[in-house]
Amino acid sequence: MKAAKLDDRTNPEPIDDRADFARVDGPVKVTGQATYSVDVRLPGQLEAAVLRSPHPRARVVDVDVSAASSMPGVEAVIHGPVKVGADDSALTWYAEETPFFSDTVRFVGDEIAAVAAIDADTAQRAIAAIDVRYEILDHVTDIEEAARQDEWDDDAWDVAEADESQRGDTEWIDDADIVLTGEFRTPVQIHHALEAHACVAQWIDGGLTVHSSTQGINSIREELADTFELDHNRVRVLAPHVGGGFGAKQVPWKNTAIAVLLAQETGRPVRLVLDRIAESIAAGKRGATRQRVKLGATASGELVGLDVDGVVDVGAYSMGGEATSLDGPYLHLYRCPNVRVRQRTVHTNTGPSVAFRAPGYVESTFALESMIDELARTIGTDPIALRRLNYTEVDQEQDLPWSSPQALATCYDRVAEESNWETDAGADSSTSGDGATDSGRIRRGRGFAAHEWAAGGAMPPGYAWIEMNSDGSVSASSSTQDIGTGTRTSLTQVIATELTMDPARIRLSVGDTASGPPAPTSHGSTTAPTMAPALAAAAVELRRQILEAAAEQLDESADDLSLDNGNVVDGEGATKISLPDLMEEISPRILRATGARLTTNDDVSVRPFGAVVADVEVDTGTGRVRVSRLVIAPDCGRILHPMMVESQVVGGAIQGLGFALTEEQVVDHRLGRVINPNLEDYLIPTMADLPDIVHAAVDLPDFAANPLGVKGIGELPMIAVPAAIANAVADAIGRRPTELPLSARRVVELLDDTTDRIEVRR
Amino acid sequence: MSTNRTDLKPQQLLVEITVNGNPRSLGVAPTTSLLDVVRDRLDLTGTKSVCEMGNCGACTVLLDDMAVYSCLVLAPECDQRSVDTVESLTDSGELSDLQNAFVDCDGLQCGFCTSGQLMSLEALRRGERSVDRLAIVEAVSGNLCRCGAYPHIISAAERALAPDLDEPAPAVTR
Repeated sequence: MKAAKLDDRTNPEPIDDRADFARVDGPVKVTGQATYSVDVRLPGQLEAAVLRSPHPRARVVDVDVSAASSMPGVEAVIHGPVKVGADDSALTWYAEETPFFSDTVRFVGDEIAAVAAIDADTAQRAIAAIDVRYEILDHVTDIEEAARQDEWDDDAWDVAEADESQRGDTEWIDDADIVLTGEFRTPVQIHHALEAHACVAQWIDGGLTVHSSTQGINSIREELADTFELDHNRVRVLAPHVGGGFGAKQVPWKNTAIAVLLAQETGRPVRLVLDRIAESIAAGKRGATRQRVKLGATASGELVGLDVDGVVDVGAYSMGGEATSLDGPYLHLYRCPNVRVRQRTVHTNTGPSVAFRAPGYVESTFALESMIDELARTIGTDPIALRRLNYTEVDQEQDLPWSSPQALATCYDRVAEESNWETDAGADSSTSGDGATDSGRIRRGRGFAAHEWAAGGAMPPGYAWIEMNSDGSVSASSSTQDIGTGTRTSLTQVIATELTMDPARIRLSVGDTASGPPAPTSHGSTTAPTMAPALAAAAVELRRQILEAAAEQLDESADDLSLDNGNVVDGEGATKISLPDLMEEISPRILRATGARLTTNDDVSVRPFGAVVADVEVDTGTGRVRVSRLVIAPDCGRILHPMMVESQVVGGAIQGLGFALTEEQVVDHRLGRVINPNLEDYLIPTMADLPDIVHAAVDLPDFAANPLGVKGIGELPMIAVPAAIANAVADAIGRRPTELPLSARRVVELLDDTTDRIEVRR
Repeated sequence: MSTNRTDLKPQQLLVEITVNGNPRSLGVAPTTSLLDVVRDRLDLTGTKSVCEMGNCGACTVLLDDMAVYSCLVLAPECDQRSVDTVESLTDSGELSDLQNAFVDCDGLQCGFCTSGQLMSLEALRRGERSVDRLAIVEAVSGNLCRCGAYPHIISAAERALAPDLDEPAPAVTR
């Protein structure tokens, strides 16, 4: 069957006329019926546990599993080296191809051995009974120290990667009237999806069925099939419901392979669920960064040059997935003839990092937008006006127009409008009932920040199937995922629109490699722009088939017929035949279509943008920052389903709030250990931290991106929030934050420290 | 499921708990948590396990109509008491007002914290306290949501539990 494509579309209906139906998986989630990987219970299922290194770096001299293996209820104990495949080759993991259960451990939490037992308690006791002898080696857990070191003892473990992006000249200092120099630091942030990484693996008939809490069922399928030398069709991966991902579940982790190995060893299903400590130290993080930024501008504020030296901590191993690139915003957000970004990605003896909601962009947007804000302050101009002065309608790297050249300007307009930017810009001098003023103990401030994002266009190929059932209901499927982002709902909306049908009569299956055709990993805010056009194409083709079949039956022209809520109707809207009747007439024929998104447009540069205004109150006595309001205008192209987008916006805003104020993994560098590997000492935002969040909807269709005009939303609402909050704090207290999170301690230090954090040279 | 005293394994205690209206007799180790009983012994997997140390609220259930973190309650403490989980909220398959409001206001995303949020609010509904915005925020202040559905959770709770509040439900907490 040929995959259908879409014609170009025109403007959509007003946003108020769009979807008014609720999240389609709402009812199973509010009743507790939604089955997550951790909930899978199979007959004979064993529980797994993992022995992790207590040392940040050590040689594993000996692993004695005899006591553990002989414990009653213990069914298997595995440790290194692990051999797989017909030629018994050593299994390796990570981009560095380290041996699975390596004889060198490189972070506290690195896997050494694993156990399968009849229950979780027995598995834990068995882990405790494994006797390991270590030769402890020196470690480096501090990004600053790692950045200083040229290389480590083991040759392969020095700087992981050095990248340089450049356009124009590096000798622009003489052309600049103003040069600002600053150094910015961002912390390690932990994803903390509430469902931990989890997997239930079962070998059946020489093949594998794996329930995995993942953002990419196809990537798990291919990784496992390749590792265990199986045809792809012998590996079925299911993730119908996923308890959050945020990037941490976008790559196949070792945990999945451990469950598969234990299931192979025991011949029984094995469940492996990480505990919250493992989730904190060994299941991904946003790596720490340090950025030194030099910015040059003319006296009126036109950018002349940007020179950036960045360091990113990748942790002990490189996981793959979306890379953490700091260069994007510097290269793209503003018109600037000379830009150089040098980035070193360094290893440390800490858990591996992996993409976290806009990896690299949240961090570099904080630095860049702090510098732009400082430039506005230095020359005494309005922060939004300064950005408009440096506006670009083109991607200066690729010399291509943006797919939606006015999108960022529209974001500026929308946040300015919703925040009353023009009239309330002096919010810091206003006095409110609680006594907050610009001179008292409580200071108010307002900050602005803009952003762009690397992806958000399509990540083809994405395929979908759709079928008309004999009762007139519609079944559709795709092996995409819904990790809580509302994929099921938004795509159901797309089908309902194309078929002019009640969404309640549509069932879309996602999260099962055996029931739907291939789709990409849910990452990079690419699911909607890839899959919505695919589902729309499938539905359009199904509609064509329906109307042709009806035309044949009715002896009329298909051009005169259309669909209306389960019926084929004529030009006057009169019912000619119902879909069940039509299906009965044409039986045994069925109507089934395939749709796909196979390409991206290469004559434009597809990027989404956004802007944020933050209002804060800073208690100069305690250093406490309270964010009172966030106004967020993300450019996701056409808004498909307003409620799903709204939920992404408030969710992204709140994760940005956490990164700005409280979230920071703390490592004792002497011991090389994380001291807050839990949800008690690592502070994610709670209900009590909640600001007023306003979604200033942009809803500007980007038809140059794809025929539906849709771009992704997931990552956008988070990106500029920390920068906007930091700029608001600078506005409130007149001192420039250069390090996140803005904990009370850091704010007090900032208030006490009279040295300028940004060097200004005119 | 029913366990008699004579069926107990060594070091097990017999506990009798009314779970979602059904009397249950179970032999449990003294250290068994209520969470493990609910999820692993009774297969009521709507209750979620996340931190297992009372930080996140995902495992919230009602113990004699009071919201508790089931990971911090030992099963033997529940002897002769009544436990309600998210599975009890529907009535003959019909969603409760609170559940309907969560669906309508999109008070959830990934759904993993949802049963805990619902049970904290169900305790508020069953309690004596008059329900206003502050009461709602306090009721769920011990329930973490990593997706950030908080504003929609407040809206949902107001719609179901305090429909007479005059102002609509923006995401303001203090």
